[in-house]
Amino acid sequence: MTSPLTQADIDREIAEVHTARGGAAADHPDRDFAPYRSSVLRHPKQPLVALKDPEAAELTGPVFGVADVSPFDSDLTRQHLGEPLGERITVQGRVLDRDGRPVRGQLVEIWQANASGRYLHQRDDHPAPLDPNFTGVGRCLTDEEGRYTFTTIKPGAYPWRNHVNAWRPAHIHFSVFGTAFTQRLVTQMYFPNDPLFPYDPVLNSVTDERARQRLVCAYDHGLSVPEWTLGYRWDIVLDGPAATWMEEGR
Amino acid sequence: MNPTPSQTVGPFYGFALPIPRGGDLAPPSDGGGITVHGYVYDGAGEPVPDALLEFWQADLSGSLRGAPGTLRRDPVSGTLLGRHGVDFTGFGRVPTDGDGRWTLRTLPPGTGYISVCVFARGLLHHLYTRIYFGQDAFLDSLPPERRRTLVPVEEREGVYRFDIHLQGEKETVFLDFG
Repeated sequence: MTSPLTQADIDREIAEVHTARGGAAADHPDRDFAPYRSSVLRHPKQPLVALKDPEAAELTGPVFGVADVSPFDSDLTRQHLGEPLGERITVQGRVLDRDGRPVRGQLVEIWQANASGRYLHQRDDHPAPLDPNFTGVGRCLTDEEGRYTFTTIKPGAYPWRNHVNAWRPAHIHFSVFGTAFTQRLVTQMYFPNDPLFPYDPVLNSVTDERARQRLVCAYDHGLSVPEWTLGYRWDIVLDGPAATWMEEGR
Repeated sequence: MNPTPSQTVGPFYGFALPIPRGGDLAPPSDGGGITVHGYVYDGAGEPVPDALLEFWQADLSGSLRGAPGTLRRDPVSGTLLGRHGVDFTGFGRVPTDGDGRWTLRTLPPGTGYISVCVFARGLLHHLYTRIYFGQDAFLDSLPPERRRTLVPVEEREGVYRFDIHLQGEKETVFLDFG
């Protein structure tokens, strides 16, 4: 029987992959990143098949309207009768395409753990308290400048079972629609100066340091609301061929 | 500008992203509707119970004008209601169930294929594939054993089975739009 993986094993594997890539810049993680054990049986081994078709359905995408979100969706601290526990924060940023053009009127969804690091999910059974006043789900549409804004609670770090003593740095999951199905992005926003960064295989699946930095938001004192929230700013740049194939986004 | 890197959707997206009746793109009253269902499997042949699939397709006429209305909320309770079942929004979102199974109820796409985007715990960057109904030049360009992975099996009239294999002998063809 093999002994359980320790943090030292995972650290060594992460260092090996980072060294093997020789600092080669890559924007996205490889789908096969062994230190993240769940990727091992779930990455395709055949190369993806290139499909270049200017008529492809994937070069347009879903449309969401104002009826698809309510004002309560973007303030995660007002979704229940009472106040959630934790540090209230404002998270704001812009969604842009690779040419820096705003992606307008598109849905941004977030989900996260509560201040104690616990998700409202049946399978998250680690002994941190659930908060009856916090669900951890938010939605909004980007405005004319491609901007999104959420009021929420700073999530806590939480343990997971990738290896012994595995802890995820605090993060907020983002799901972002572009103007094309190919611009679709699911990602995670991290908080500045988290001491857990070097130990996390999910963050370190992004092997290029500059690309990893693009997943970390910045504290923005101008965005902090007096007597209310601390402000964090995080811009999102969407990938995809539609950035060059399409007219300016909706 | 360099893009924001992708990260996994998992494992606890389940309380956040699923939409009520997220796979029912067409109202039952629309004639000629089809049901497409299948499983997602990993490299060990085990079903993947924590995947999320998104679908995007043309309507019967081939139009890709997606309509809003996928997410509506109850104005009193704020409960997510999902689509009202009148407009064809073109967009579907379905989590796999505990058995790794998903189901889509829709109309045959006028362009001949349904676009699929696959997310899951363990998938650091999502994957694109297509479900093809009928002949297509791109399909013909693939070797037969790979082409087969993009064509559903018609189990009975209007009911199609389409399994997605993330890895292994029957690995699905995944697409790169460059």
